[in-house]
Amino acid sequence: MNYDAIVIGVSSGGLNAMKIMFSLLPADFSIPIVIVQHIGARSENIWIQLLNDKCNLEIKEADEKEEIEKGKIYIAPSNYHLLIEQDKTFSLTVDERVNYARPSIDVLFETAAEAYQERLIGVVLTGSNNDGSKGIKRIKECGGLTIVQQPDTAESSYMPESAIATIQPDYILPLEEIIKLLIEIDIQK
Amino acid sequence: MSSMQTNEPHSTNKLTENGTDTLNSAYTVRKKAELNILGLLEAINHTYGYDFRDYSEAHIKRRVMNRMAISGIKDITELQAKVLSEEAFASILLQDLSINVTEMFRDPGFYRSIREKVIPILKTYPFIKIWHAGCSTGEEAYSMAIVLQEEGLADRTTIYATDFNQHVLNQGKEGIFSNKLMKEYTANYQLSGGKESFSDYYISDDNNVIMNQSLKNKIVWANHNLVTDSVFAEVNMILCRNVLIYFNRKLQNNVQNLFHNSLINGGVLCLGTKESLRFTDFHDTYAVLDEKQRIFKKKY
Repeated sequence: MNYDAIVIGVSSGGLNAMKIMFSLLPADFSIPIVIVQHIGARSENIWIQLLNDKCNLEIKEADEKEEIEKGKIYIAPSNYHLLIEQDKTFSLTVDERVNYARPSIDVLFETAAEAYQERLIGVVLTGSNNDGSKGIKRIKECGGLTIVQQPDTAESSYMPESAIATIQPDYILPLEEIIKLLIEIDIQK
Repeated sequence: MSSMQTNEPHSTNKLTENGTDTLNSAYTVRKKAELNILGLLEAINHTYGYDFRDYSEAHIKRRVMNRMAISGIKDITELQAKVLSEEAFASILLQDLSINVTEMFRDPGFYRSIREKVIPILKTYPFIKIWHAGCSTGEEAYSMAIVLQEEGLADRTTIYATDFNQHVLNQGKEGIFSNKLMKEYTANYQLSGGKESFSDYYISDDNNVIMNQSLKNKIVWANHNLVTDSVFAEVNMILCRNVLIYFNRKLQNNVQNLFHNSLINGGVLCLGTKESLRFTDFHDTYAVLDEKQRIFKKKY
């Protein structure tokens, strides 16, 4: 099976997780990655620049109406929900918070599942709330591949535990193993 | 090894099977759902005159699905029948589809930039007309009225605050907001460069505040639909923030055309901090006043 996109949800402990993840991804990794990281509404996205310096791939904030391209990592802007359209472009909204969060992982995952169906990989990483659980369920229902960070290896185990309580994921792995798996899938393409 | 894998056979299959059957049925289901939603939007437009057909599809779909879950409706066909037969329910769905999340001095940096970069331009005009398009419940219109008052421009300015949703317009006109929000709004106001005491701008009781009459006098509330109505007035400045993100490219372009025709030469256009002119025909017809805050000046 070929996959056209990877969506990742990460909350508390996320900055460390992303640092590890980005350092392990090779320069020729082709499947686009879209990330929702919970972050304060007033945050400037300087941290995206900082992460970019440590990554082989281009990391950028997702712009509205932007087309999703191979080999890029997109991060949801703070204080906006990030949605994916059928034509594989981004939309942003300022709708009410979902699970106390904007951006919400569920919103990204649910719309990505609709857009990519079974050609999507959903990943839930460290975090201390239950955002992402409904979304990963939708990804599974649409036939996508579901991966959850092994809770006892996560900085914050609540979000992975909540996802595992909601669905039986295809894989439960430590972060490094998740990246290995994603690289393997990308090479098989 | 500490890793666990569940569903191992299934997972391996997933990576190797060609999946044609599931692909086809998923495709059919998806296409059917899209057609149904488009049909619903056609029906709403035809019956009630509100045109959501060129809104962001993913957004509309989420809102419609949410309403179906809340109201216990099983499919779009049932929803459509209910919308067309019950006006009260249609009104609820219209509220769902129009987003009214706003705050006073939203993005404080934007208002700081208005003070520093836009007010000097506005000061050159004897009379100033400002159009706040898609004003929702008016929090940002009141914010602008406060800035103009502090900058000594209130006497020669009128703010036209418009929205297609009469319900939120009425709320804006009343100028009554929850007391609970004022702490956050005060912080926004101070971050935006406000130097007065924010609580001087309203009168409060235990639950609510009511904005001062002097601010209310500066705002004219009017019903205007960006999707279906034409040029509203000739104005010196347009604010339309976090409205166009809900529209598809075609509709964004139409609305930018409307704005371009409404602005005087040298007039100022303010968009939301994540909105741009990039995917419209009007990219080259404006100069950038503040890239980060998305403030533009119409070229002569």
